Amino acid sequence: MRVFNVVIAGVGGQGVLLTSKIISETALLQGFDAKQSEVHGMAQRGGSVISHVRFGEKVYSPIVSEGEGDLLIGFEPLETARYIHFLKKDGIVLYNTYRVSSITVSIGAEKYPDDIDEIIRKNAKNVFALDGTKLAVEAGDKRALNVVLLGASLKFLPLDKNIVLKALENSISKKVLAINKKAFELGLEFFNDIK
Amino acid sequence: MKVILSGNEAIARGFYEGGGKVVSSYPGTPSTEVTETLAESYKDKGIHVEWAANEKVAFEVAIGASLSGVRSMACMKHVGVNVAADPLMTVAYTGVNGGLILMVADDPGMFSSQNEQDSRHYARFAKIPCLEPSDAQEAKDFVKKSFEISEMFDTPVILRTTTRISHCKSVVELKDGEIIEGRGLQRDFQKYVMLPVNAQKRHVFVEERLKKLKEFAETTELNIWERGSSALGIITNGISYQYAKEAFPEASFLKLGMTWPLPENKIKEFARSVEKLVVIEELDPIIEDTIKAIGVEVHIGKNRFPLCGEYSKTLVYEIVSGEKVEKKEPLTNLTKRPPTFCPGCSHRGLFTVLSKLKPFVSGDIGCYTLGALPPFTSMHSCICMGASVSGAHGIAMGLKTQGIKDKPVAIIGDSTFIHSGITGLINMVYNQGDAIVVIMNNDTTGMTGGQEHPGTGRKATGEETVKLNIEKLCQLIGAKRVIEIDTYNLKELEQIFKEEMEKEGPSVLISNDPCVLRYRVSKKPLSVNKEKCTACKMCLKVGCIALTFIEKAEAKYTEIDPLLCNGCTVCQQMCKFDAIEGGEK
Ligand SMILES: Cc1ncc(C[n+]2csc(CCOP(=O)(O)OP(=O)(O)O)c2C)c(N)n1
Repeated sequence: MRVFNVVIAGVGGQGVLLTSKIISETALLQGFDAKQSEVHGMAQRGGSVISHVRFGEKVYSPIVSEGEGDLLIGFEPLETARYIHFLKKDGIVLYNTYRVSSITVSIGAEKYPDDIDEIIRKNAKNVFALDGTKLAVEAGDKRALNVVLLGASLKFLPLDKNIVLKALENSISKKVLAINKKAFELGLEFFNDIK
Repeated sequence: MKVILSGNEAIARGFYEGGGKVVSSYPGTPSTEVTETLAESYKDKGIHVEWAANEKVAFEVAIGASLSGVRSMACMKHVGVNVAADPLMTVAYTGVNGGLILMVADDPGMFSSQNEQDSRHYARFAKIPCLEPSDAQEAKDFVKKSFEISEMFDTPVILRTTTRISHCKSVVELKDGEIIEGRGLQRDFQKYVMLPVNAQKRHVFVEERLKKLKEFAETTELNIWERGSSALGIITNGISYQYAKEAFPEASFLKLGMTWPLPENKIKEFARSVEKLVVIEELDPIIEDTIKAIGVEVHIGKNRFPLCGEYSKTLVYEIVSGEKVEKKEPLTNLTKRPPTFCPGCSHRGLFTVLSKLKPFVSGDIGCYTLGALPPFTSMHSCICMGASVSGAHGIAMGLKTQGIKDKPVAIIGDSTFIHSGITGLINMVYNQGDAIVVIMNNDTTGMTGGQEHPGTGRKATGEETVKLNIEKLCQLIGAKRVIEIDTYNLKELEQIFKEEMEKEGPSVLISNDPCVLRYRVSKKPLSVNKEKCTACKMCLKVGCIALTFIEKAEAKYTEIDPLLCNGCTVCQQMCKFDAIEGGEK
């Protein structure tokens, strides 16, 4: 298989890393070569974060180049827009519509763009939106957003649902497994009727 | 078995597989997870893992362990090597008993660093080998290789990664751990006691060793010649290899896994076999300078490649081919999202008060460095770990000679204070300085992800241990006024600052509230009573992402996101109209 390129973007603390970890681990379990890149440290303090996952027969660079992405998973609308240029022409955007304010907005130095959803739709052909934060809260914990989006992204990833679940079970503690399984299902079901 | 590991996790695994026994490190992005992984996953494998007080201590512990006869390693970020440089330059002379690795992670692009130095200079400087993996598999394999080279040539070895090696995950084949017999403690006056008489002989040894290492570089499988088209030959290292290989799959490659010393004959031969020679290495031209010095022509190197920042596949392709790649540009004018204090962070109240009082703040490195950004802009210098305290003393003395009265404030975290602030405070007290030193003791090394340190009372493995009492330590140093502060009480904190500003001599203020992220502290979220809110925006001065100012035609007010608010009440104390409600004390 040619290399499949995923970009995952969000706000530090939203759990972007877990989602990319599960995707790359699943890819490995399905026999692909896989690479994943992430940023730790400073940016995690509420800053903008991006993670790359690439899998296929043979992967060299761990970074998705601009204009190469097959799928962009956005944890937050503004962060989705920030990395939308990573998508190729017919690439797919899947994003969480729940907005998280930025510190520049909170101190009144900048405005959060009201038309952020439009901006996203204007800059990509295939856009799929959901309020993942609401679904996570429904599952029992706002922190399960990453697993909601993981579930939802399977519609657009050449990965096997059962193997993803296995990788997920290996990665999270037993205590929160029930909540996360629920979150995963809610995400998975969301785009069910889309062909 | 095959698994996906980050470069750092792979190095931890390599340490175990390679029979390593003692690891002592100081946290620093992007190196931290090597030691964290060892502490979490390999502590039952007969490995001693510890966080040291700083990098110099860490490396000296590793040197000691090597002397005792076991394989050892110290891990740090690039600037950590500056701290450990003193022992490094001389252990290069003594050599080792058990294999000794200094693992260093550089940060091209400065994702979380104060400079972009290239640590390979240290290998050249100390005349010791430098190994550079280009993915996680190599990261693991090169640990064992480093131990072998270290013992074979009687030398410490630098194992160097960059952010993209340390934090990128790729597939790694696991093996069993090797059993390496301990060599026992070595007593050898001429080898280990660096008095001039001995050091003079050891310097000669170092030069001889470097010659032998050069010969080794010619034949080692660390340096791989991948024969491809003769039209283009690329000499490269680390992550640049991956970018170049994807951009020019047909080219010939000389991939250097050992980047010091370099295989000069092999390089000459490779250069002769290709029409166009390109050297691709991030940061400084360490490889390129050597190639030029041996009289080989480099067609494309730093004449076109940048010295600053990290590279990418696109950048490599564009520079080598001379063609522009068509790509979309990022959207312009998007609202920015810089990092910021977490909701509830103990640093917030401190900087809220400082941004009102406006003293000169001599800063340091940690989460509190974010106090330099808006809305606080209350940090006026930040150079390296520990520099806040010594720097503030220098400022006070400099001002005194100019007859200016403007007492500076130093701000330093607990981990940083233990790392290199203590000596600064001793110096300030001894020399009768005149500054306020604020120690933000949040019981963790926050910025790097919450590691233990001597002040937390827990070791790297989580086991309980002696807890350093920072307050008592400051008193013992001789500081006369050591005061505990509550950064969640703005009025009281302001009053303390005002009083201490008027007094002469050093004051030490210590905040003991825990890191809310590390210890998951959270109280009931607050809310805004829209009727009472006058839209004065005073609350926004606390710089908290839980707050948003809403501007609608009908009304203007602040809103609090209940999913983000931590209930710390700092914004509430700023409100003169009691519009922010809720809050426990
Ligand atoms: C010499 C050196 N080593 C390591 C680092 C990485 N580093 C940056 S901040 C920091 C410590 C932060 O801890 P602390 O001082 O307790 O403050 P906090 O972040 O918890 O507020 C470390 C280890 C560095 N910048 N320089």
